[in-house]
Amino acid sequence: MSQIEIELDLPLSSGFRLALSSQMPGQGFTGIFGPSGSGKTTLLRFIAGLQPCHSAILKVAGQYWQQGKQCLAVHKRPVGYVFQEASLFPHLSAQGNLDYAIKRAWPGKAPQVSDMIELLGIGHLLKQFPHQLSGGERQRIAIARALLINPSVLLMDEPLAALDEARKQDILPYLQALAGEIAIPVLYVTHSVSELSKLADEVVMLHKGRVKAQGTISEVGDALGFSDPQHPFSILPAQVSQTHPHWKLVSVQCHKARLWLADSALKPGTPVRLQVQARDVSLSLSAHQDSSILNIVPAVVDNMLNQEDGMLVRLHSDAGPLWAKISLRSAEHLQLHQGQRLHAQIKSMALTR
Amino acid sequence: MVTRYLLTALMAFSQGDISAIWLTVKLASMVTLILLCIGTPIAWWLSQTRSWLKGPVAAVVALPLVLPPTVIGFYLLVVMGPHGPIGQFTQALGIGLLPFTFWGLVVGSVCYSLPFVVQPLYNAMSAIGSRPLEVAATLRAGPWQRFFTVVLPLCKSGFLTAAVLGFAHTVGEFGVVLMIGGNIPQETRLVSVQIYDHVEALNYTQAHWLSAAMLVFSFVVLLALYSLTATKSTVGARREPD
Repeated sequence: MSQIEIELDLPLSSGFRLALSSQMPGQGFTGIFGPSGSGKTTLLRFIAGLQPCHSAILKVAGQYWQQGKQCLAVHKRPVGYVFQEASLFPHLSAQGNLDYAIKRAWPGKAPQVSDMIELLGIGHLLKQFPHQLSGGERQRIAIARALLINPSVLLMDEPLAALDEARKQDILPYLQALAGEIAIPVLYVTHSVSELSKLADEVVMLHKGRVKAQGTISEVGDALGFSDPQHPFSILPAQVSQTHPHWKLVSVQCHKARLWLADSALKPGTPVRLQVQARDVSLSLSAHQDSSILNIVPAVVDNMLNQEDGMLVRLHSDAGPLWAKISLRSAEHLQLHQGQRLHAQIKSMALTR
Repeated sequence: MVTRYLLTALMAFSQGDISAIWLTVKLASMVTLILLCIGTPIAWWLSQTRSWLKGPVAAVVALPLVLPPTVIGFYLLVVMGPHGPIGQFTQALGIGLLPFTFWGLVVGSVCYSLPFVVQPLYNAMSAIGSRPLEVAATLRAGPWQRFFTVVLPLCKSGFLTAAVLGFAHTVGEFGVVLMIGGNIPQETRLVSVQIYDHVEALNYTQAHWLSAAMLVFSFVVLLALYSLTATKSTVGARREPD
């Protein structure tokens, strides 16, 4: 399987150094995640060859793109690059922009132009010029253009960040469809956890120019969920076990626990990801059989963090690791301590994929 | 009205006037062509480089904007003269000396009008920014393809402005022409010099006709230039916000 190997040390404009030695999978969506200034964009630009580095190693699918000082020019690297702003050529129509890539496409099994146009829903836009298109439409053309060059690696630098929420929701389904079909590795830079949990298979977390964590979503879920300590959350991988149409619910198997989810469209056996916010988890000492809350799982207190606006409790639950945010008064009332056995009540959770 | 003026003017022009006009047009066209060829790489280099040489080179290119034409003409005479480096070079090539020839005027005008071509090109090229070029590079376009498929079309109006300014400014020069060209009929006697001659000889009617022609030409050129840039900015304003 083709793979991306990177070793570099580069000063960043934020004052940190981007220093990493990392391997990324040769297939699927890899999310590169981190706060602004952590070097995400610089890393992507380095891979494309747009960011020069005096000495580094970059090997993609067994071929050196940079080895020490020897560096392959940008136009000789089989990459597709989607910038944060669509950056279409203003003097060419949408079709002209696509043709620019089609004419220069890398040899090999190229994606069918018509398939790509259909996948991204851009058929009716081709005659327009960039200034006549909306931001979301422009970005879809830019994604198609980057794919039509028939790259070996697709690099996407926060392709949704410049769009408003509604337009983001327009494009996300296209990206999800793409994630399911594409055979080449995609490096997807983002600082949005929701995009990450919807799209990425593997996550590289950058912090101040270093790799803080790397692995599959469930492996780095902990670090990811705590990336904003004010609003921590947990990501729980699960599988649909049974549908209950008369209640408009499905039950999912999540680690050792069975949880209920308000969704009737899912089929048994579908893998899903659940996102649980800390503020949606409350604690009780006994399992209330008389509660209207559906999801109550046994848990053990692992750790406690005093925060300004309450107590953040880290739990090992039967459904997996969970965060709970409770008031200081409740913490005192429950006499919380490490190793304590109790029950976590999950008031709501979101299905991210 | 306009045709009548043109007809009267043509009849009013002497043989000498006509040949001066023809010589001026020939010189200005040739100089504009040469300047577009020289000015494009200079402007491109200036817009892309981060070298410390950028400042000095830009200053040298802009010198004719501030120097009196006589100073430029004087130095050109010196370097193209029999003891100057260019003079010795052209003599060695068997061309002879350039001062007081048409080709001497071409060299002088190229130096004199250089900033008027480089400046608009430089502005247009800087305005593109690096992004379209980066996009083109990730789409497999090498440096030459990037220049011809992205820079040229995006700088179209810059090239037009540069050509018009270069042409018009060459038509309008006088000091440099007099210094290195002298006043040889059919060889170096341009319209501006011809007017000077008419006035010297108290030939005011002839001077009037030629001067009026120059005035109208300059006005039309500038009008065309400004309406051109004005249309461009309304196109920009039509862009929809995201």
